[in-house]
Amino acid sequence: MPAQPISDTSVPLSPTFTPPADPRPAAAGAKTVLQADDIARVLDRIAHQILEKTSGGDGVVLLGIPTRGEPLAHRLAERIATFAGVRVGLGSLDITLYRDDLRTQASRPLGRTVEPAGGVDGKLVILVDDVLFSGRTVRAALDALTDLGRPRAVQLAVLVDRGHRELPIRADYVGKNLPTSAEEQVRVRLAETDGVDEVSIHAGAAGTARAGGPA
Amino acid sequence: MTRHLLSAADLDAAGAYEILNSAEQMDAIQHRQVKKLPALRGRTVVNLFFEDSTRTRSSFEIAGKWLSADVVNVSAKGSSVSKGESLRDTALTVAALGVDALVIRHPSSGAAHRVTEWVDCPVINAGDGTHEHPTQALLDAFTLRRRLGELAGRHIVIVGDLTHSRVARSNVLLLGLLGAQVTLVAPPTLMPAGVHTWNCSTSWDLDATLAGKVAGDVDAVMMLRVQRERMGTGSSGGGRAAVGYFPTEREYAIGYGLSPARLDLLPEHAPVLHPGPMNRGLEISSIAADSPRSLVLDQVRAGVAVRMAVLYHLMAGADEGSGRTGTTGEPHPAAVHA
Repeated sequence: MPAQPISDTSVPLSPTFTPPADPRPAAAGAKTVLQADDIARVLDRIAHQILEKTSGGDGVVLLGIPTRGEPLAHRLAERIATFAGVRVGLGSLDITLYRDDLRTQASRPLGRTVEPAGGVDGKLVILVDDVLFSGRTVRAALDALTDLGRPRAVQLAVLVDRGHRELPIRADYVGKNLPTSAEEQVRVRLAETDGVDEVSIHAGAAGTARAGGPA
Repeated sequence: MTRHLLSAADLDAAGAYEILNSAEQMDAIQHRQVKKLPALRGRTVVNLFFEDSTRTRSSFEIAGKWLSADVVNVSAKGSSVSKGESLRDTALTVAALGVDALVIRHPSSGAAHRVTEWVDCPVINAGDGTHEHPTQALLDAFTLRRRLGELAGRHIVIVGDLTHSRVARSNVLLLGLLGAQVTLVAPPTLMPAGVHTWNCSTSWDLDATLAGKVAGDVDAVMMLRVQRERMGTGSSGGGRAAVGYFPTEREYAIGYGLSPARLDLLPEHAPVLHPGPMNRGLEISSIAADSPRSLVLDQVRAGVAVRMAVLYHLMAGADEGSGRTGTTGEPHPAAVHA
């Protein structure tokens, strides 16, 4: 695919292409963990950390994992440009076809994969997602990335790390560590996809967990 | 999503858009160095073809392979079918080999539907007689949507041997679902029986239709092949006409072929489609077929992406039991972050 900015909507959008609105009602017992200004501060910090850890962002490519990793990667790239005047590479990486539960889960709509200008070969790729939980999404993303090219190194940035890893995976940049029980649900909403910036924890009753969201 | 894809009528608008949108993502693989996605690893797809085919069979094969499925081609020629094996026995035999999806093309209308009664796996109709060819309609819609944008309110004209066309029926159903307006044009002898019950208008006058005088301005024209093999002439060469349907091939070409003059009648933005294989000089002139407005090769290319999307949506979650889209059953922990 020719290089294109992430905001490019050259893929024809249909009524069903919009990201799925979170169907869960704001249940009683929901606790807001991060509000809009908290999220802004957290992203400021991660952007600075990326600049620090990568010696000024040289050769960095941010790959957002749809749905909500995409706007997060976009915001981080904007901040890095503001803070250091560096335009890092920006793209998105859909992992749907690389999931390890395709056999047992009904088919899901595919997200976009947008290769960054200049590709990923020899770059320092930073995967960006909203929540790190089991680690299975990141495992799938590593497989998907292999099919795009051979980065020099791969790092991981997440807005929230809620624990309960099922694979040997850790994040390099964490917005907030959020101790949760396995039954609880963490809901991330972003202005670009949900109209509001908010991270909240919901008491999870069995069977109400939402399938189809990012892992 | 349905369990089988036998007819374009199996889809609702949401399902059709989901396949078309997935196909957009699948198509991006064409630009990759490694054309392989792991989605159907360890699954087996059988292409069971009782009729000749180049593009449908090979694009189903490529689609399956790019999704990492193992693909086996069984054609009537060279199989036990030529020894007189029945459709049921052939289907049961293939299913007994441990197949995860069956793609079937057969000269009898309804064959794919019958096969679903005998086998457990998803069945995809790759053309059954003069009935339906749903993946062709999907790839036509995909190609049109890329060129024209959303199809709601667009006016598509389909011209040619409609009586014998499974492509026309599937396209009328799918284009209607996507909100497009369809006009069918053919000589009276090639207009299907019962066409007044279809969701479309009809005309015998190609020039007036292309000029927008019959059903409004035209956004695309799709030429269909004259299917001599279904006209019972036994002879297809020498310019002999199909017995009983039109007097001579030359007369058909004059009345219903897409000549350079007719190409000029179309609005500038309107592309030309043909599902192939083309009879150049009969239903389409070489000038039209090779013009920049021709999307014939785009259609072939779209066939792979669309069939990847169909295989993915029908085969993902097969172990779940229902094989349907939705959030049934216990969510996988990884599906919820949540």
